[in-house]
Amino acid sequence: MSRDRARETGARGAVDASAVLVGFARALRAAGIDAGPDRVQALIGALAALRPGVRSDVYWSGRLTLCGSRDDLERYDRVFAAYFGGAGTGGRAVRAAPATRLRVTVREAGPVPRGGGEGERDGVPAAVLASSAEVLRHRDFAGLTEAERGQLRRLLAAFAPRGELRRTARLRPARRGAVDPRRTVREMLRRGGEPAPPLRRARAARPRRLVLLVDVSGSMAAYADALLRFAHAAAHGGRAPTEVFTIGTRLTRVTRELAHRDPGTALAAVAAAVPDWRGGTRLGELLRDFLDRWGQRGMARGAVVVVLSDGWERGDPEPLAAQMRRLHRLAHRVIWANPRKARPGYAPVAAGMAAALPSVDAFVEGHSLAALERLAAVVRGADHA
Amino acid sequence: MRPIARQEQEEGRVAGGGGAGSVWPAGPDDVRARLEESGYLVDDGLAVACFLALRLRRPVFCEGDAGVGKTALASALATALGAPLIRLQCYEGIDASQALYDWDFPRQLLHLRAAEAAGITDADRLEGELYGRRFLIARPLLRALETRSCVLLVDEIDRADDEFEAFLLELLSEYTVTIPELGTLRAQSPPVVVLTSNRTREVHDALKRRCLYHWFDHPGFARELAIVRRRVPAASARLAEQVTTLVQALRAQELVKPPGVAETIDWAEAMAALGATEADAELAVATLGSVLKYREDLERARGLDLTALLAVRGT
Repeated sequence: MSRDRARETGARGAVDASAVLVGFARALRAAGIDAGPDRVQALIGALAALRPGVRSDVYWSGRLTLCGSRDDLERYDRVFAAYFGGAGTGGRAVRAAPATRLRVTVREAGPVPRGGGEGERDGVPAAVLASSAEVLRHRDFAGLTEAERGQLRRLLAAFAPRGELRRTARLRPARRGAVDPRRTVREMLRRGGEPAPPLRRARAARPRRLVLLVDVSGSMAAYADALLRFAHAAAHGGRAPTEVFTIGTRLTRVTRELAHRDPGTALAAVAAAVPDWRGGTRLGELLRDFLDRWGQRGMARGAVVVVLSDGWERGDPEPLAAQMRRLHRLAHRVIWANPRKARPGYAPVAAGMAAALPSVDAFVEGHSLAALERLAAVVRGADHA
Repeated sequence: MRPIARQEQEEGRVAGGGGAGSVWPAGPDDVRARLEESGYLVDDGLAVACFLALRLRRPVFCEGDAGVGKTALASALATALGAPLIRLQCYEGIDASQALYDWDFPRQLLHLRAAEAAGITDADRLEGELYGRRFLIARPLLRALETRSCVLLVDEIDRADDEFEAFLLELLSEYTVTIPELGTLRAQSPPVVVLTSNRTREVHDALKRRCLYHWFDHPGFARELAIVRRRVPAASARLAEQVTTLVQALRAQELVKPPGVAETIDWAEAMAALGATEADAELAVATLGSVLKYREDLERARGLDLTALLAVRGT
């Protein structure tokens, strides 16, 4: 029965109704919605239960079954209008423009590397460097050759920040601590009522949530790739639940994209998802966006939040200062990693950075592998830099 | 959770009170009518969502800002269906023994002692008794499976962790639970499930895929006004209209926490409780604390020309 109904609503002419729906789902997938076969199945089931030929029923059942997040809704509306048309447009599949794919890898001709990096890079053969992780550890990402970048990627994949531990309300079996009556009783039952040594319990410790905000705007172009790989390592290696966002001209949540185990695949997915590589930054606005949509609801609450950015704010720094204060009140700890901090003579005079600093618990470097290692240690709560 | 005005539901309750399938609504409009009867106003999408949830036995996954009526939907559904509401509040670290079932060890021990005192020595029988249903403590999820046609609210699923989501996955698709000592329990009539999320964390796709996804927006002026009229009978028509106008205007401001419908209702209640039949700027400022919960927002609102806002009629 669903066939007839869908035919009335969707297809013109003798087209199989489920084929129409499958085509619709395909158009949705092209637009970036994860409308898999099981979801289509659900849609067909839903349509069978609803009134035939009612446009709003088709619209809502599709929206309820095929979409999975708020971000999907706008795309869904667009594809629905194009596919089922206003008046007269037949059931032609729309070809949604594929998301523009940009490569994540850092351009070779990035900002001119400064200081000693330049000389070393020209003088030392890549092979020698590739064998020497020690040298690489302290090199600025901005001044690396392609071979060094390859090595860096391998090194980055190997370590990950562990979240700082916090005590939870839950009790876990432990050697020391208060007596756990339940387990003790269970043990005694197991022994048929014979006395057993008391078993104990103590508060469990859990790593705090880690939230990484990675700046991918133009001024950070030389670092974005390495920092995202760091984020990838954090999302996989550490045991702390990790959320990653990119900030550029807009805020993009890339946690899901980074879920791919392989860093290359993950970064390609991030590249496809992030629309604004190398734009300018409006840190204050984006931070506000993050806090409104995610942070305040709980993501930043009690978490360790790391902002990886050079603090280059194009607009008025006051909103950034206000949002940083807000973030600081929510988060357990706010860490700012700035790749430019290591430069000789660096002073946080960039308006944005100066505005943010009062609300930052730890201000660290973020330009080299060693710096990121230290950042990982700070995240763990090892030392407050 | 906001208690729903219950006075008229008691008699308006569906005959048979959640028994056989015949009481289920015939279509989305029927669902809407029943929910409206219980004081909860829905738009087209939510009516379709609720209807499909009932018909297809799929959980509804509700996302949206705080205070837009996600949790209230579950209690409204329960009232509309005349079904009991079972609520599971999720939190970080929740696990199966807190959500599903647990064994009552003290009572088991007591039972052993009593048996000993009575001189019962049949070990097999004793053991069988120890892991019988009477020593099982049913937590919300098991209760929901055991209660015929109930509404199960899994509140703030985004607070629980991944493991718990995975555990729910099985329960929500099969409506069965396996207890090693007792075997597999199957729900005779699966509960109507409402999951809510505040989006503090992205819930796993696998779970969402089994649900109907509904995003809750702030209602438009007309619907919000209707909700206020419905939920705050003490407020005069004029007051309800003014409060709704003000809240809609506040939402357009850049606030840390834009007020939800829940706050609109609170505000109307607060003004009505002060005996007002009409709002003015002074009264609005005095009761602002029931709508805005951040100092920054309060300051911002106080800086606004509330009298001018009151003059603007909503559309």
